[in-house]
Amino acid sequence: MSEVTSPVASVAPVAVRSARFYVTSEHHPENGTLLGFWLYLMSDCLVFACLFAMYGVLGRSYAAGPSGADLFELPLVAVNTSLLLLSSITYGVAMLEMQRNRLLATLAWLGITGLLGAGFVGVELHEFANLIHAGAGPQRSAFLSSFFTLVGTHGLHVSVGVVWLVTMMVQLTQKGLIPENRRRLLCLSMFWHFLDVVWIGVFTFVYLMGALP
Amino acid sequence: MLDHPELKRLVLGRLTWDAIPFHEPILLWTFVAVALGAAGVVAAVTYYRLWGVLWRDWITSIDHKKIGIMYVILGLVMLLRGFSDAIMMRAQQAISFGHSMGYLPPHHYDQIFTAHGVIMIFFVAMPLVTGLMNFIVPLQIGARDVAFPFLNNFSFWMTTFGAALVMMSLFVGEFARTGWLAYPPLSGIASSPDVGVDYYIWSLQIAGVGTLLSGINLIATIVKMRAPGMTLMKMPVFTWTALCTNVLIVAAFPVLTAVLALLALDRYVGTSFFTNDFGGNPMMYVNLIWIWGHPEVYILILPAFGVFSEVVATFSGKRLFGYASMVYATVVITILSYLVWLHHFFTMGSGASVNSFFGITTMIISIPTGAKMFNWLFTMYRGRIRFELPMMWTIGFMFTFMIGGMTGVLLAVPPADFALHNSLFLVAHFHNVIIGGVLFGMLAGITYWFPKAFGYRLDPFWGKCSFWFWITGFWFAFMPLYVLGLMGVTRRLSHFEDPSLQIWFQIAAFGAVLILLGILSFIVQLVVSFRRRESLRDTTGDPWDGRTLEWSTSSPPPAYNFAFTPRIHDTDTWADMKRQRYIRPQDGFNAIHMPKNTGAGFVLAALSAVCAFALIWQMWLPAGIAFVALLSAIIVHTFNYDRDFHIPADEVVRVENARTHLLAAHV
Repeated sequence: MSEVTSPVASVAPVAVRSARFYVTSEHHPENGTLLGFWLYLMSDCLVFACLFAMYGVLGRSYAAGPSGADLFELPLVAVNTSLLLLSSITYGVAMLEMQRNRLLATLAWLGITGLLGAGFVGVELHEFANLIHAGAGPQRSAFLSSFFTLVGTHGLHVSVGVVWLVTMMVQLTQKGLIPENRRRLLCLSMFWHFLDVVWIGVFTFVYLMGALP
Repeated sequence: MLDHPELKRLVLGRLTWDAIPFHEPILLWTFVAVALGAAGVVAAVTYYRLWGVLWRDWITSIDHKKIGIMYVILGLVMLLRGFSDAIMMRAQQAISFGHSMGYLPPHHYDQIFTAHGVIMIFFVAMPLVTGLMNFIVPLQIGARDVAFPFLNNFSFWMTTFGAALVMMSLFVGEFARTGWLAYPPLSGIASSPDVGVDYYIWSLQIAGVGTLLSGINLIATIVKMRAPGMTLMKMPVFTWTALCTNVLIVAAFPVLTAVLALLALDRYVGTSFFTNDFGGNPMMYVNLIWIWGHPEVYILILPAFGVFSEVVATFSGKRLFGYASMVYATVVITILSYLVWLHHFFTMGSGASVNSFFGITTMIISIPTGAKMFNWLFTMYRGRIRFELPMMWTIGFMFTFMIGGMTGVLLAVPPADFALHNSLFLVAHFHNVIIGGVLFGMLAGITYWFPKAFGYRLDPFWGKCSFWFWITGFWFAFMPLYVLGLMGVTRRLSHFEDPSLQIWFQIAAFGAVLILLGILSFIVQLVVSFRRRESLRDTTGDPWDGRTLEWSTSSPPPAYNFAFTPRIHDTDTWADMKRQRYIRPQDGFNAIHMPKNTGAGFVLAALSAVCAFALIWQMWLPAGIAFVALLSAIIVHTFNYDRDFHIPADEVVRVENARTHLLAAHV
């Protein structure tokens, strides 16, 4: 197409020229799973951002109903928070065991993590049941709508995490610590810690600040 | 079994025979036509024994090229539906004056304008854009597929089943009567107690998941899978716009998901997010939906800008003028698109300071856009321009979009917006930028890359007919709306009292007929080109003397795209390779590692659609079953570790030799 003849084209042997144009050996592009999972987490983070924004706008719209100061039982929330934060530590230990190639120890720590997660969901359901029983359900006011939705969405995520974790444990038992499973464990790890970070926001923004009169 | 009323409600919800519109002749005849058409297609596929091919090679395919083609087909099919809505509205408004009430009752008319907007944005523009990106991006960056091929298939089927739900609302129940963004309190349960808004919510939720995942997929592809040597500033401009668009998708669609979920909670659970009572705040909905909605229009337009950049450079025979400024302009638009959402509701009453901020940011967007316009003009300056069809669409775009952009700046001035808000001036403006920008861009892209996808060019004569009908039709259809809008006519009206306005609506209806001819010419073009495909055959793989890497492959490209991963030295890689006397590799081929086809994406998307349909009709039992089935199917899918295979080296040798012979035969 152009009249320019470059020195490379006219002088160099075929092998050198082909090396200029393409990779002759098998080419392995980088694996994008972890980046992709990060992107997913950030998109999920935006869902939570919207729910936090809703709570920020509607969190004091009590519609003559109860306020956070009337409803929140901080000791219960403290138990809940400890369960979830502890589960992040135990997941971390599971990942360390995975690095050491110890399947049984990995499984054991994952099991403990799952139990802590299930405990967290259980306490949250108990709290929700109490609130609804006391007439403070999500239909009572915009404040309670946004409270139940924000906290409930987080709880739903933890529940999905627990299901995923159990699935992972079955797959580890079947296939062991193969590269695919390690990658999946890493993704679940990011998911689990991400939920922890979101919970710290919920704990501070909803419970601690909401309990102020 | 269904005699028990409680059980019947659990299984069938509120679905009864009343939901089928037997009393509406227009819908009934449409249904008959669609049913006959579908039966014809099924019969033809059965007669030619194509079910196996369809399932193995298309429905379960995870080849990004086939998925891209399927997206474009989806977009074009839905364009017919969206356009039918448009021409029905134009006809109604042209005749519904004074004593004549037209032929569409208001509740039907309201569904039509809602469906028109929803379909055109979500199921025409989005699939066309995603389809082109899917097809072209891996080829332009020298990759063999996208980062997550299975997810790509799943995304496509989610979008398709979302579209199927919208279509279903035509014949089972009804669609929303709320306008395309379904503002509450109108879309709340008190004002819209029927299934229309639920169809809206669930079809968009399903399609939205697909779009979000395909956004993640393409970002990971572009970031991680570029061929060696392709630094960010050596990426083709279309890939750059695709990257920015997908960043916008990942950053915007979660907001749509969240806000629609909240609306669904208001309707299903009885929460008070957007209600007028119990402390709810409907303006929060409007804010959130536009925090998604404004980036959405840039999601659509940026890839069109990318297409024009490729087309202008190719058909001017020159390197694109101002590559770096083009990239920066794209990135600036990406960022600014998040800072302008409030200009959609200046009339909310946020106060002068807030309105000024958003008015100014909106006007600033015209600066990078203007920079792009000048870059294209300077690329053409002293170029050897070939007026092939893609170039004609590009020039048509430049004339048309310019007007649309300038009326946009007018609307960005808050005091002017107070007068023009919700008027036909606004309707004319956004059709001006979406048809003149996005649609012309997609048609340019389809004509430009069609030979790459199918191995033969599109017939130019019928393409030119299509182009001239579209562009004149557009001007006839929308210029009257600017006039009407300036005279204060508001949008979404099905009847008018003032007879002096009628002439303008009649001119607009005439424009819609011209656009109809444009669409028909396009269909004729596809048929004629298929029948003349031997004489239009592209044997070189490079029919336009292209500049970017996709033109180095055969047309259509082999399943693996590149036998050897290319090395990149220049922005216009293929132009550089041609300049350097590139010789195709003839031997030394290896087996190629590729992902396997799977039906999982189709199954998961189908289950999601069943679940959504059950939720729309409040069939709680089927909804629960479908949901559990969906979860189980996802878990079962994760137990499949056998997801890839090798294309044997013999096969690669066979394909590459065939191309060598083809090239030698046509020198």
